[in-house]
Amino acid sequence: MSKIKKNILLVDDDVDYLFQKKLELEKEGFQVFTAHSIKPARKILEEMSIDLAIVDLMMQEKDDGFVLSYQIKSNWPKTPVIMVTGVTAQTGLEFDTITENEKKWIKADTIFTKPVRSEQLVREIRRLLAHE
Amino acid sequence: MNKVNDILNVLIIDDEEGMCMGASRALSSTTVFIDDLKIMVGFSSKAVHSYAEYKKDIMDKKYDLILLDYKLPDGSGLDILQEVNEHSKETLVIMMTAYATFETAVQATKLGAYDFLAKPFTPEELRNSVRKAATRFVLAKRAKSFEEEKRKIRFEFISVLSHELKSPINAIDGYLKLLKEGSITAESENYQMVIERSLIRLEGMRKLIFDLLDMTRIESGQKTRHIKSINLIAILNMLIEQNRYEAQQNGITINLFSKEELSMDADQSEIEIILNNLINNAIKYNKPSGTVDITVIDKQNQVEIQVKDSGIGLSRDEQDKLFNDFVRIKNPETIHIQGSGLGLSTIKKITALYEGSINVTSQKGIGSTFQVTLKKYLNDTICPKIVT
Repeated sequence: MSKIKKNILLVDDDVDYLFQKKLELEKEGFQVFTAHSIKPARKILEEMSIDLAIVDLMMQEKDDGFVLSYQIKSNWPKTPVIMVTGVTAQTGLEFDTITENEKKWIKADTIFTKPVRSEQLVREIRRLLAHE
Repeated sequence: MNKVNDILNVLIIDDEEGMCMGASRALSSTTVFIDDLKIMVGFSSKAVHSYAEYKKDIMDKKYDLILLDYKLPDGSGLDILQEVNEHSKETLVIMMTAYATFETAVQATKLGAYDFLAKPFTPEELRNSVRKAATRFVLAKRAKSFEEEKRKIRFEFISVLSHELKSPINAIDGYLKLLKEGSITAESENYQMVIERSLIRLEGMRKLIFDLLDMTRIESGQKTRHIKSINLIAILNMLIEQNRYEAQQNGITINLFSKEELSMDADQSEIEIILNNLINNAIKYNKPSGTVDITVIDKQNQVEIQVKDSGIGLSRDEQDKLFNDFVRIKNPETIHIQGSGLGLSTIKKITALYEGSINVTSQKGIGSTFQVTLKKYLNDTICPKIVT
C-alpha cells in the first residue's frame, strides 16, 4: 500500500454517525471527508481526489443515496462505492432484503446493513482500494 | 339494473349437460347486492363434466364458488371437496345431489361444503344458495384484506419506530465506546461535544417515547377524557413559561396576543399536547434571536390559535407531508434539531376530536404559521371515533 493517505468520503445524515466513523477511519490511517447530504458531497468529490465513498442510502429524500452513488459511478467510474443502508424513516422499507436484481441496478460495489462493524468496514475499504 | 362491481368465478362440476346449462343460465342473470359493502356482484361460470376434466381445468385457474355434483362418472364429488378445502380454502363449495340423504349432507358439511342442494331444485333455489355463498365469500375476502392492511401498517410503524430508537442508541453507544477505549479523553478538544451530543440524543429518545405515549393514548381512545370548562389562555401562559428557558437560550422572544380569558370545553391534557408541540416547534425551528407570535382569535363557536415563527420555513413539498406519522423534514437546517416526527401527526389526531383542523402556511427562509381551529363546545358528549 502506498504511504500517501487515501481519501475517503463519508456521507450520512446522522451527524453523530459521521463524527464517530470519521474518527474510527482516521485511526486506521485514512483521510476522511464528511458530508450530510448530496450537495456538499458533490462539492467534495469535485474538489478533492476521493479514492472511495461510503454512502448512506437514506438522506433527505429516500433515494438520495441511490442518486449519489449513481452520480459517483457516472462521473468517477473508478471510485469504489460502499452503500450503507438502514430502515428508511419515511417508508419503513427494509433494505436487508435487496434482491440480486436490485443489486444490479444499484450502482455500488458493496452494500452493508447498519450497524456495520468497524473491522468489517475497514476490511472492505482495503479490499476495494487494493483493486483500484 | 345496477352496475356490477365485482364478478365471481363459478365452476359447475356435473356430468349431466342439462344440469350444467341450466345452472349456467340461472347464474348469468343473477346478481347479489352486498349490503354491508354497497357493492353489486355478478357471476361468470364454466362447466366441467368429470373428475379428470376438473383436474385439468384447475391446474391454472382458481374459482370463488364451486357447484359440485356428489356423484361423478370417474370419482366422487367428495374427493374434489376435500381437495378444494386443502388447497384453496377461500373457495366455497355447494354440493348438489340426487341421492340426498341426511347422511350424505352431514358428510359433505363435515368435509367443508358450504351448502347443500337436493336435486331436482328450482333455479330460484340455486340462486338463493349462490347468493348466500357469494355474500359470505365477498365479506370474508374483504375482512382478510382489511386484516392484512392493518398488519402491514402496524409492521411499518414498528420498523420505523425501531429505526428511530436505534439511531440514538447507536450514537450514544458509539460515543461511550470512544470514551471507554480512550480515543476521546477529558483532555480531548471534542470531549465536551461528545458528552453534549450524547445528552441531546438521549433527550431526543425521551421525547420520542413521550410523544409515542401521547399518540397511543389519543389513538386508542381508552383513557377517559376529562372534558370540562378550561381557560385556554391560562394554559397557554403556563406553557409559554415552561418553554421560556429554551427560547431564551437562543434569544427568542415569545409574544402572546389574546384577551385575558377564553373558556372552552376540553380535556386539558389534550390541549396541552397541541399547544406545547406548536410552541416547542416554533422555538426549535426558529432562527437565533427570532420571534414566536401566538395569536388567539375567539370566533363564535370556535377558537383559532395561530403560532407564527420567524424560522427556517417549509417548502411546498415539505408542507404536504408534514402531518404524517414519523415525518421529519431533513435538510441542512434541521439536521441538528431533535424531533420524533410524531408531534404534528398527534396534533392532527387531537384536532379531529374537537371537529377542528390544523393548517400551515410557510415561506422558506422566512417562517411558518401553524393555525389550529377547535370547536369550543361539542354538542354530543360521545367521543368521536378517530379515523387514521
